Amino acid sequence: MESEKQRTPDENGYFGDYGGRFVPETLIVALNELDDAWSKFRNDPSFQEELAAWLKDYCGRPTPLYRARKLAAALDIKEIYLKREDLAHTGAHKINNTMGQALLACRMGKKRLIAETGAGQHGVATATAAALFGLDCEVYMGEKDIERQAMNVFRMDLLGAKVIPVSSGSRTLKDATNEAIRDWVTNVGNTHYIIGSVVGPHPYPAMVRDFQRVIGIETRSQILEMSGVLPDVVFACVGGGSNAIGIFHPFLEDDLELVGVEAAGSGIMSGAHSAPLSVGRPGVLHGSLSYLLQTEDGQIKEAHSISAGLDYPGVGPEHSFLKDQGRAKYISVTDTEALTALRLLCRVEGIIPALESAHAIAGVIQEAEQLKDKTVVINLSGRGDKDVATLAKLESGEDEK
Amino acid sequence: MKRLEQKFRELKKEGAKALITFITAGDPDLDATCDLVETLVAAGADVVELGVPFSDPLADGPTIQAASGRALAQGVTLKKIIATVAKIRLRTDIPLVLMSYYNPLFSYGLEEFVADAATAGVDGVIVPDLPLEESYLLRSLADGKIAVVPLAAPTTPDARLAKIVASGSGFLYYVTVTGITGTRTSLPLELTSTLDRVRKIADKLPLAAGFGISTPEQARVIGKHSDAIIVGSALVEIIATHGAADSGRKKLFDFVGSLRQALDA
Ligand SMILES: Cc1ncc(COP(=O)(O)O)c(C=O)c1O
Repeated sequence: MESEKQRTPDENGYFGDYGGRFVPETLIVALNELDDAWSKFRNDPSFQEELAAWLKDYCGRPTPLYRARKLAAALDIKEIYLKREDLAHTGAHKINNTMGQALLACRMGKKRLIAETGAGQHGVATATAAALFGLDCEVYMGEKDIERQAMNVFRMDLLGAKVIPVSSGSRTLKDATNEAIRDWVTNVGNTHYIIGSVVGPHPYPAMVRDFQRVIGIETRSQILEMSGVLPDVVFACVGGGSNAIGIFHPFLEDDLELVGVEAAGSGIMSGAHSAPLSVGRPGVLHGSLSYLLQTEDGQIKEAHSISAGLDYPGVGPEHSFLKDQGRAKYISVTDTEALTALRLLCRVEGIIPALESAHAIAGVIQEAEQLKDKTVVINLSGRGDKDVATLAKLESGEDEK
Repeated sequence: MKRLEQKFRELKKEGAKALITFITAGDPDLDATCDLVETLVAAGADVVELGVPFSDPLADGPTIQAASGRALAQGVTLKKIIATVAKIRLRTDIPLVLMSYYNPLFSYGLEEFVADAATAGVDGVIVPDLPLEESYLLRSLADGKIAVVPLAAPTTPDARLAKIVASGSGFLYYVTVTGITGTRTSLPLELTSTLDRVRKIADKLPLAAGFGISTPEQARVIGKHSDAIIVGSALVEIIATHGAADSGRKKLFDFVGSLRQALDA
């Protein structure tokens, strides 16, 4: 196994063959500045202490690691633990990243934050940090996502952020990201772009990972305290891959299995899915080289998932690296499987998970046969309040569109 | 590639400025692209840039985004564009440069792309999302076959600018505004002095200024401080509004002619 050092990206932002910086020249200086600032503050005790204090007092960290006995019994699995990121302030892991980046933006003297959002959780988390630190905030969101995540749009509005609808392309996360990059290219002088996942040009994939590692660091010490041993398998859903890399990374050197669960949408064979690691091939989107859903001619394909946060044709470069290395395994579950998992968790544990997180649970259900005598940790990346409208529509038989 | 160098050499001898015109290949269709290139040449363009449509053109404003969308809806691909260039080559000797985002090239295969493009008569390629650090492979494969035109922006520091120019070939594409493509009623006030400064550092390559230039007056002013001006969105808008049939081509001819005049004045 390789050392921790080899896994960090190289100075050009490459994880093996993946990553890099494929952006217009206009942004290079800003990325260099960001890289310098992050390199400085990641090792700066005063920055780290301030961030840790916000995460504790404001975000409610550490989030609990909860032993889900009922779920384990229902699935006939030895032990299941849920890492309760749904209990973090604003209801998802996204806040870990936005608090870190907003604090960094303050240190860099940037007064305006922009973000892209799919499910709206990252948008809400960015709007929250902006409100707290007194920064202007504009969030790009696809029109389709504005419809299906209406509650989060309203939350962003309450928090004082401006939500800008994006009507191009598939009107989802990919297109919102294009528009956020265009904004950044135009306003790079006063604006910091808070990317919401471990995607984008270097240093974003590494920086966002570092901010999300807190999930895995906590999980590791919590499970050692609770059970005395490390788990056998860790599951997480993969959209861009930030909650997954956050919980995986501190376990990379350990002898255990890491499983990322992509969204298979209507089924891999249907073509309507969001599973680039499962069936994509390497290409460049939004500033980095990674597995990608694309046509034979290198046009980016539209993704599909019932879950807005997973509805994205790309994935973070470090996941591509972990896949090729064989260090992590990537599977996929359909919309229907995710819904079944969501309902199961509601009924047996009294927890309504986000549709994204339901994919991780569905992954465990899919693999349950091999997990009988295993201790499993699932990253419950967010809570499902934002999804109740989508679920209600489905219940009433209306087509989710 | 020779055509590009030769063109700039000739213009320099004559003390003339190059007019570089951009249209999106395959908008409204690839046959029209052949005719439109002929119109551009007839109206006095010195270099033609053909945009390769991409699903996610993140350096482009609404005009070129829409043109890309129209071309993709026609089923336009890089392969078909290269084949179209081969046809255009039978009709004109004008330097032809492709402007493409990186993924279509990467997906095609860089080595194959360079070989096919050079054979078809492409003289250079501009890749707006491929900065210096990532362009080494393409540059080394393209060396001596097609030019890899580098881009610099207002945010580029001088030391970096020098490196960019040293690495590139064809001409330097200087992005005049901090932003995306699209017509602008006004350009940055300091642009002319910026161009003078850039020219001093970038003397190894002809200096072409682009992004936002959309009127003869802008062409005239910027032409005095550069070796070439690049006009794109304004032309794409004419094609979008008036089509590529006779009446649209006449409008395009007149407008490009007015840019030519302003540049030569
Ligand atoms: C609750 C939740 N989980 C997961 C994701 C997917 O993102 P990532 O793969 O970066 O964790 C999102 C994105 O919106 C989310 O809201």
